Amino acid sequence: MAVADMASVFEQQDVVEDEPRSQRAWTERGWSWIWPKLVAIALVLGAWQVVVWSGWKPDYVLPGPVAVFQRLGNDLSHADFYVGVGITLRRALVGYLVAAAAGSVVGILVARITVLRRAIGSAILGLQSMPSIAWFPLAILLFQQSETAIIFVVILGAAPAIAAGLLSGVDHVQPLLIRVGHVMGARGLVMYRHVILPAALPSFVGGLKQGWAFAWRSLMAGEIIVIVSHSPSIGQQIQFARDLADAEQLLAIMIVIFIIGVVIDAWFGVLDREIRRRWGLVGVEA
Amino acid sequence: MSKLLELSEKHSLSVEALTMAFPHGDRLLIALQGVSLEVQRGEFVCVVGASGSGKSTLLSVLAGLEQPTRGRAHVHGHVALMFQEAALLPWLTAAGNVELALELRGIRNPARSKIAKELLHKVHLDGWERRRPHELSGGMKQRVALARALAQDADVLLMDEPFAALDAITRDLLHEELERLWKQNGLTILFVTHNAREAVRLGDRVLVFTSRPGRVGHEVVVDLPRPRSLDSPELAVIAGRITDRLKHEMRSHGSS
Repeated sequence: MAVADMASVFEQQDVVEDEPRSQRAWTERGWSWIWPKLVAIALVLGAWQVVVWSGWKPDYVLPGPVAVFQRLGNDLSHADFYVGVGITLRRALVGYLVAAAAGSVVGILVARITVLRRAIGSAILGLQSMPSIAWFPLAILLFQQSETAIIFVVILGAAPAIAAGLLSGVDHVQPLLIRVGHVMGARGLVMYRHVILPAALPSFVGGLKQGWAFAWRSLMAGEIIVIVSHSPSIGQQIQFARDLADAEQLLAIMIVIFIIGVVIDAWFGVLDREIRRRWGLVGVEA
Repeated sequence: MSKLLELSEKHSLSVEALTMAFPHGDRLLIALQGVSLEVQRGEFVCVVGASGSGKSTLLSVLAGLEQPTRGRAHVHGHVALMFQEAALLPWLTAAGNVELALELRGIRNPARSKIAKELLHKVHLDGWERRRPHELSGGMKQRVALARALAQDADVLLMDEPFAALDAITRDLLHEELERLWKQNGLTILFVTHNAREAVRLGDRVLVFTSRPGRVGHEVVVDLPRPRSLDSPELAVIAGRITDRLKHEMRSHGSS
């Protein structure tokens, strides 16, 4: 057993141990994470204020940050605002979930079936570069000025990216892992479940993240173009603000759109990093 | 039991006139030509050869990953294959990797996790069960791979330069572990290496392969008592003879 003991002592040396992180280290890390962002926000607001002060455009066209944030604060105290955000997020969720399901199914089928890959493999990649706004005229012809038209385009915007992420993940599984699976007796669907799909997960999550970005862009374009009556979504509110030349409201809503996008993107970022860490694709400290 | 059956039962692994050819551009590349060999149950056989002698191809055929172009390759019982890289699934823990092999054999929990723990204990990885491969050193990864091979309930272990990427001391320790597990579990092992000393350290017999095309050129029976030391002069003498043969072989094929 002496040999075994030596073995573990010897091998422990080149293993990275997770050190317990103290509370203080966490606050320090949090601060070093947040201060560059606070400085960036301050610089942007400062530049905005300077442009307003320069008198380049009159106040009612380009109001300053103080007026806009006051307006935003005012919006936040009205129920209409939350109704609008609710409508928009519901559409985003429905469209995105359908896109995720459709994209996954198409991605798997194309990965599995050679003929299908030859037929539409490159079309999926091509669809990704199709600007989703170009779908709206057709969507409106098919579904009129309705929520269905908007969600239709959200799905078409997001699904190709999700399918492409899964496809590239499946394509780039290390051949050695497949050999190992084969030797262990995994075939067909069992191979997919235990080896190929888990190996493809980081790339799939990358596709989901990109799909979300496309879905959110398509949704905003849709809500501005397609006017659905009695549904004051945030895209619609921005369009109304423009029609009424209400620049404060317009900018306030833009800030809301930006923040929602950033928050959800950051959540995907955390998911992405966690999976990469677990899969050993990045260092523990990254 | 008939005499004939009894004879064939003695062999755990047999290869008859195996030829492997691959299309390479517009020509055929012959990796193995007319290879015949037999390994008896419980025997530890090493294969040494220069690169291009088709050693890895031989293991792929025996593991059922490739079909022979001509001839036959037959293995009695379950086969496990180990590579130079541990080839662990990076998203599973050490225990998870071993458990997957058990799960694919149809073993259910709670037996599954209990057996996995025992197997990791056998390769001296107690306390490392919940670690992921990227948290383990090269030697520890190969220990997990060894435990996984045992989890496949293999009768025959095919090893393709499994310790080539490890440092000398870790390799030395793993030689001892492998020898112990081989004896304890009554395994039959076919071990491919390009290192003559390693082959003599481990094998009952060493098969020296010729290059391009690969063929069994020479056989050395190693009758040194176990456990052997890599540094012993007797071992060095036999390894030296094998190395000379390999050099001669490489020179005559102009492949050096």
